[in-house]
Amino acid sequence: MIRVENLTKYYDDVCAVDQISFNVRKGEILGLLGPNGAGKTTTLRMLTGFLKPSSGRIQVGDYSIEDQLLEIKKILGYLPESAPLYHDMLVLDYLQYVADLRGMPTPLNLDRIRELGDLCGINEVMHQPIGELSKGYRQRVGLAHAMMNDPEILVLDEPTSGLDPNQIVEIREIIRRIGKAKTVVFSTHILSEAEATCDRVIIIHRGKVVADSSTARLQDTLGGQTQIHVTLADAEAAAVQQELAAVAGVTQLGLIEPVGGAVRLVLTCDPSCDPRAAIYHRIRRTNWTLLEFHQETLKLEDIFRELTKEG
Amino acid sequence: MRHALCIGRKEFNAYFTSPIAYIVIAIFLLVTGWFFFSTFFLLNQASLRNFFSLLPIIFAFVVPAVTMRLFAEEFNIGSYETLLTLPVRFNDVILGKFAAAVAFVAAMLVPTLAYPILVASLGALDWGPVIGGYLGAIFLAAAFAAIGLFASALTRNQIVAFIIGLAICFSLTLVDQVAFFAPQTVSLVFSYLAADVHFQNIAKGIIDTRDVIYFLSVCFIGLYATHLALRARD
Repeated sequence: MIRVENLTKYYDDVCAVDQISFNVRKGEILGLLGPNGAGKTTTLRMLTGFLKPSSGRIQVGDYSIEDQLLEIKKILGYLPESAPLYHDMLVLDYLQYVADLRGMPTPLNLDRIRELGDLCGINEVMHQPIGELSKGYRQRVGLAHAMMNDPEILVLDEPTSGLDPNQIVEIREIIRRIGKAKTVVFSTHILSEAEATCDRVIIIHRGKVVADSSTARLQDTLGGQTQIHVTLADAEAAAVQQELAAVAGVTQLGLIEPVGGAVRLVLTCDPSCDPRAAIYHRIRRTNWTLLEFHQETLKLEDIFRELTKEG
Repeated sequence: MRHALCIGRKEFNAYFTSPIAYIVIAIFLLVTGWFFFSTFFLLNQASLRNFFSLLPIIFAFVVPAVTMRLFAEEFNIGSYETLLTLPVRFNDVILGKFAAAVAFVAAMLVPTLAYPILVASLGALDWGPVIGGYLGAIFLAAAFAAIGLFASALTRNQIVAFIIGLAICFSLTLVDQVAFFAPQTVSLVFSYLAADVHFQNIAKGIIDTRDVIYFLSVCFIGLYATHLALRARD
């Protein structure tokens, strides 16, 4: 549905986006991840035709962005970061204005606005000026604006920033619902959000794509290492360390600040073997009390940190 | 074209939902009213000549105040991005905003229609120059609006946009006043450039194509410069 090839953008001498290439399939929810200033917003702005790329090609559907921008704009809905809307306008007036510009006939667009009001939960603020709305409501009005013509492709720039946890869950729910039938591209720097919502994530760092794969596969390929957390009571740290370091497969052994006299350890393990059984048997031979014993695979968060480390 | 109309309608309505419209109209009526009537009875002539001779200077202040928000505000709150990612063309946006500004100035002139009606009741008013004057006022407003729109497209700060617009409109109005310092050929060019001269021609009731072409070309140049300024933002 969207094909991006060698997309590059310079602001004067600063390279904001550097040779990015990726594809988005129809019906896919794609998350664009990256630390602040990584080039997410710039990429989305070029995708929506607001900024001209310095070089590179963007193809949306059957249209190329240089020659058929107007056609692309017709099938694309875009919500810029922090939903910049006219403060003096009433929500209803604004949505009607958008419907007008989208070329929707008048009796029909009222139905559509009502529908969007239900979907985005903004019916109760329809007659308030946008400037007086809370951030969450403004974001929802922005979402309604982007979805006005039921677009094939929905592009959202940090749709959940500045919202409270309940609103975040609601917006994610909306995105997932739309994503069933449409193509959605959204940017975020909240990892759990990408994990919860996206089919696929692209991690951008300093204008470059550093990872591009499905959410599940990213964890498999990059997060092979596992960590085992163990907490023991009635034990001495030195003895525990000595005992557990000897287990085959444990590559690293770290002591965590003890709480209430218990010994807490993090064991980093080789991905090829599973030392849990061996550890358990060793602990059972002693008279320590086992309080906690669990395994964790490296999460998206760790992968993200790993990939976007400075320097 | 449909988009331009739609944007124009929205911008025109936006004027009246913010206090700026009422402030600008009030100041305009106060200033024109006072300057016109303070000498009207001394001159003892049933004409609006005095009113129209003041209009270019007053417009040089008022029209940039009307146009200053058109783009600067959009840049400032970021709605420019939402607007341009809707299926609209640059030219639709520019023409729509331009039309809204001209329509607003026309609306501002409507209350001043009371002056000719009042004057006509006091003496024999020649309606030719009055009609010419109002027509010229629309041309003048359009030319200044195009300049103001350009100033607004340069910056995200409305005050800066106002001052740039004012500076250009003001110089354009009074450029013939400095012409007598210059050699004859240069002074002819200056007086051709002066908006004031062309406006006074029309306000005499003589509608000469030269004057009309002058105003239309200022509009075109202003709107084209706006287009270039917006393009340069990429």
